[in-house]
Order: sequence, then structure tokens, then C-alpha cells
Amino acid sequence: MDVFSVLAPGGYTTIQDEGRYGYQRMGMPVCGALDAFAFHAANLLVANSANAAVLEITVMGPRLEIMAEADLAVTGAEMGMTLNDQPLDGWKSFRVKPGDILDIQQVKSGCRAYLAVNGGIDVPEVMGSRSTYVGGNIGGYQGRLLKAGDIVKCGRAKRLKGIRAMPSHMIPSYPPEIVLRAIPGPQDDFFQEGLDVLFQSDFMVSTKADRMGYRLQGPKIRIRNAMPKSIISEPTMPGGVQIPPDEQPIILMVEQSVGGYTKIVTVISVDLPKVAQATPGDTIRFERVSLETAHSLYKEQQKKIQNLAARLSRP
Amino acid sequence: MQDGLFEKARFRTAGDRGILVEYGDVIDPAVNNKVRSMAIVMEDKPPEGVIEIIPTYRSLLIIYDPSITHPAKLKNTLNTLEARLAEISIPPPRTVEIPVCYGGELGPDIDTVAATNNLTVEEVIELHCEPEYLIYAVGFSPGFPFLGGLPERLYTPRLETPRTLVPGGSVGIANNQTGIYPVASPGGWQLIGRTPVKLFAPWRQNPFLYQAGDRLKFKPISTDEYDRIAAEEAQ
Repeated sequence: MDVFSVLAPGGYTTIQDEGRYGYQRMGMPVCGALDAFAFHAANLLVANSANAAVLEITVMGPRLEIMAEADLAVTGAEMGMTLNDQPLDGWKSFRVKPGDILDIQQVKSGCRAYLAVNGGIDVPEVMGSRSTYVGGNIGGYQGRLLKAGDIVKCGRAKRLKGIRAMPSHMIPSYPPEIVLRAIPGPQDDFFQEGLDVLFQSDFMVSTKADRMGYRLQGPKIRIRNAMPKSIISEPTMPGGVQIPPDEQPIILMVEQSVGGYTKIVTVISVDLPKVAQATPGDTIRFERVSLETAHSLYKEQQKKIQNLAARLSRP
Repeated sequence: MQDGLFEKARFRTAGDRGILVEYGDVIDPAVNNKVRSMAIVMEDKPPEGVIEIIPTYRSLLIIYDPSITHPAKLKNTLNTLEARLAEISIPPPRTVEIPVCYGGELGPDIDTVAATNNLTVEEVIELHCEPEYLIYAVGFSPGFPFLGGLPERLYTPRLETPRTLVPGGSVGIANNQTGIYPVASPGGWQLIGRTPVKLFAPWRQNPFLYQAGDRLKFKPISTDEYDRIAAEEAQ
């Protein structure tokens, strides 16, 4: 069913779901929504299954003409938003009808917003996922960013019985000073004072920040004298903080597969959404946590999403 | 004990969802064979909570769900499997033949490779098609094979200025490495030929022709044959 006609595509708008798993060994990065929390929340607000595809909107939103009655919700970054010129709130479902104009404007806080439609965005699954991998030209809408003139389809679904809204205490804020909790490794043994520098300094997000990785600027992180400057290429994890020859850290994200530089620490999973919402000029500090702490935070987060699902589905 | 092959796996923490398991500290067929064997036995019966297993040159990355399993448990499983590895029969690696049309427009740098090494173009082709290359890892872009075993007489430095667009299927040499670009991308390798075969076809049941640990052999073909296979692949 046709649901949107794209009048203006916005800055960098793609279709994403949870990601493409099982092919990383073939050099296929996972892709998927960069901010997993906002992504899950958007789907819950329109009663979708957890892995339904959504629009990931970056910095500047799209202008869409609505083609079918549907329930929508926008989460993540705070962006100016109007429906037929009337202001609209995020983190709350709303009903649209054919002919409506949904205009998502410039970001006010954060970086990436998620637009979910009940029934989910409908594009063919490629290798088990609807996520766009722009670098490989596959998935999503013909393997590319949305552009003006595209017609986006959604799956069939029952309309919501009422408005679903995120409890206000669960809506994250996106301040320009960010603390990322991280676990040393996989190559923390390549560093000595480098670890102290990483955990005690402020870093600035550079303009080279995208779905592949976030390059930071700050004091140099030096590899110990006796250690080689690179390693035999190995797979990378989202959140891995890589130290290339210029000694400036890069937080690796979801469109990365194999690399030959050391990773000094790895950002914990529940803090990856903070990276997804960071923009150039923001300040990042790293805080050391243990693996046990990271795991209990991970489980807490899962419980939080489960509770939210239960709460929202209550009539 | 072979040089560079660890007596027992070494584990590294790759965040709260990943364990990196290293079987050696060199690029070596024996080490890679151990990685391949462990990947096969792990995948045969994936332990509960394991999401993905990614083998590369000398290590395996295991991605797990921390709400289902724990690294300590996975390390135990891995150690047990490693100890029993000798008793488990591992299927031999496959050899995949890749047809390549060498030189001309499809391999514009073959003269450079020949001149650098004091060879004729025919000798370059013959030398390049001789080995069964070991696919140490697949990555960088979908289906890109990192191959080991390039004859020393073909070593050629990268281009000084990388091309902004290397066509998909291009076969190249960079120093002691040879490889194939599965999809069009920028690149600095010396291009010596092109394969008409699609190395990455997401629409196929099996989108890839080989995996890490397999062997790869190049076979020279004429431009006519290139066109014929290319037409078949386009269907």
C-alpha cells in the first residue's frame, strides 16, 4: 500500500530495521538503525513488531505527502515538525490521511530521528533485512537514499485504538556533552598512558561522523613503543574505538566490517544511541566500566523496553 | 609446535557483546586452518546465545546476546571444542575457479606489473593463474577476498594515485597481495584483468561464491568468453 510520496528527501534519509545479521563473515556490515532505542520506541508507539522497517532521518527531515490513512510516530532527535502546517510532537503516535503534508525540518537537538508507520515500511527483504546499505547499494529503497518523487509503501495493519505516547521520563535528552561508558579492549594491552589519556580527556566530534564511524579530535592516543602500529586485520564491533596512525580515535559504527587498526576500548551497547545522536562539535568523554556492569545495564535496558511494550499495549 | 600458532586460544574482550578468539599471531595457512575448523564446529552446533561467528586471518569474532549467555560460558565451550578438534572430521576446503580476462581495457595495469618485474604479459598471466590462493578472510566490501600466496615475482606497489572508480570484477595486485573487487568502488590496486562472474549477487539464494578458508584459482579466458559469461550472468 502506497503511504508516502517524497516531496523533499531531507539530508540523509534511509530505510532501516534491526540490521542484516549472518553475513558479516562475507564482508557485509550489519547496518540497521543507528539508535536502537529510538528505533524500538518508534515501532512500539505504532504497535509494530520489533524489527519493522522505519525511516532513519538525519539532521534535516523530509517533506512527505501522505497517500493512505495510517498511524505514525517520530522518535529520536528533536526536529521541527508540522502536519498540514500545525506543529506536532515527537514520541507520540498521530493519525494521518491522504493528502496530508508531513514536514520534518531542521534538527534542534540530537542527530537522527525515526519515523515509524504502523504496518512497517514495506520494501523487499535483501539477505534477510530491509536495511539500506548505501555503500553496497543494497536493501532499503533500491539500495539508496530516498529522493524526491519516490513512493514509499507500508504493510497492512489495524489502526491504533488510541494515541500511544512515550512516558516523559523515558524520553532521552541529547546534550552536547556526552559521557560514553566503555570497556577496555580488545587491544588495551597495546596502550599504557594512552588509556589514561582516553579516559581523562575531552574529545570533540569532527565533521567526519557517519554510519561507518565517528572521528574524534583531541589529545593523541599513543600506542606503547614496543607494540606494532597495526594488527592483522580482524572483524570489528560497533562501538570499537579504533586508533589509526594519526592517533585520533574513531568510534566504529554499523557500516564497518574488517579493519587492521587497534581498538583501545569498546563503547557499551546501551550507550551507542548517544553516539548516534551526537553531532559535529559535541564533546565526548569516556568512562571506564567493567564487563559485568555493561551486562547488567544491557539487561536493564531490555527490561525497560519490555515494560514499555507492555505499558503501551494496555488499552 | 608451528611458529606463530598458539598452543591454546587467547581471548580478548570486544565490548559487551563480542569475544575475539585468537589462534596465532601470524598470517599463516596453519593458523587460518585452525580458525576455519573452529568456525565450522561452532556453526555446526551454535552454542545458545551466539548470534554470529566471523572468521578472519587468525581470529574468530563471536557475537553473543548477553541476556542469554556469558563470555565465561562461551570460553569453556570453545576450550572444550578446541581440545577435541583432532577427533572431529572437518570437510576439506573447496577450490573455486574464477575466470579472468587479462590485460587490455579490462586490465589496464598489466604492462606496469610486467615491466616492474621484468616479465612479459604472458608470464604475468601464467604466474598469476598458477597458485591455489588461500582465502584468508572476506571483508572490506561484500565478497572481497583477502588472498594469500601471490608469487613473489608479481609483487607490485599500489598506484600512486588511487582510481576513484574501479569496476566490479576487477582483479588487482597491491604489493604482496592479490584480490578481486566484487562491486565497483574506489581503489589503488594495479588492475591486471576482470572476471565476468558476479562475486556478490544479493538476489541469489547464496549471494557469495566462496568463504574464508576456501581456495581460489584464476583461469585465463578470452574476451569472447568474457562477453559470453557476462551475458549469462546478466540474465
